[in-house]
Amino acid sequence: MTARIGVVTFPGSLDDRDAARAVGLAGAEAVSLFHADPDLKNVDAVVLPGGFSYGDYLRAGAIARFSPIMDSVVDAANGGMPVLGICNGFQVLTEVHLLPGSMIKNEHLHFVCRDQTLRVENAETAWTSEYRKGEEITVPLKNQDGQYVADERTLDELEAEGRVAFRYVGWNPNGSRRDIAGITNARGNVVGLMPHPEHAVEPGFGPDSVEHGRRGTDGLAFFTSAIKGLLATA
Amino acid sequence: MATILVHVMPKPEILDPQGKAVGAALARLGFEGVEQVRQGKRFEITVDGEVTDAVLERIREAAESVLSNPVIEDVVQVKVVGAGCGCGGHGNGQGHGHSHSHGGHAESADAKDLLA
Repeated sequence: MTARIGVVTFPGSLDDRDAARAVGLAGAEAVSLFHADPDLKNVDAVVLPGGFSYGDYLRAGAIARFSPIMDSVVDAANGGMPVLGICNGFQVLTEVHLLPGSMIKNEHLHFVCRDQTLRVENAETAWTSEYRKGEEITVPLKNQDGQYVADERTLDELEAEGRVAFRYVGWNPNGSRRDIAGITNARGNVVGLMPHPEHAVEPGFGPDSVEHGRRGTDGLAFFTSAIKGLLATA
Repeated sequence: MATILVHVMPKPEILDPQGKAVGAALARLGFEGVEQVRQGKRFEITVDGEVTDAVLERIREAAESVLSNPVIEDVVQVKVVGAGCGCGGHGNGQGHGHSHSHGGHAESADAKDLLA
């Protein structure tokens, strides 16, 4: 069996093709899904990619969350299907209330684009099981509205329940509360993060590593984690 | 046709980076005495026909569920600012739960906050 992982294209998505390519490189079949079509085409997991859906108008992710396909994604996520939101996809997940909190403009007001080191804080989610807890990975980060905010009670809850999935290491690039780069839902099937693992899956096209330029493939394990989980339960 | 104003502001406890940047620019440009700037959003929603209580209720619903995100923003005001509410006259709107504009003015002085 080959796992089928859907990648949703919204008007203004930018990284849907990279996400699909990452899915393929990890060993699954990438299935294109379209915002206006509620059909999930029998996929086993869904990726909401980065970009600027609806031009980030109103708020990042605020209009995309009302797309016909999002009703299907929410139903599937509540049923346990693995869902990964990257950057704009993370913003969509918070707007549709699958994940708590929200993203506001970066504290320093600048668009930031860099190779970012993260610490994997939870290696038991559907998208992180192939990492080790505490492992540091480097993947690209590029955003303008990346500052994760939530009220103190929500932040305390996330910490207490181990739902902070990733934290920025070295430098907090956007002023996110408690250096949070990504979070998960209680069940561990829905994960959202601002950095871009799908841009670090292929030697020659990823972040710089210690040994070689552009060699970093630290993001690949997101996708192999999901595939392994799907095949184990198939 | 009538116009309904929806005013959304970042929550007081949320840092407002845009407002902060504007405040810093004002100080740089010599506008003294500005202590703080916060930047929000103003929506002007033009509707067909009369602004009944039901219409306002729907707009309020839209303000709370779509136009703002309760995690980071508050809806601070929903009010009628344009003519054509169809409630039967101008200058006597006190009992109608919304206010009227007169002539070319965008907002009447006695505009009533409909959210409270």
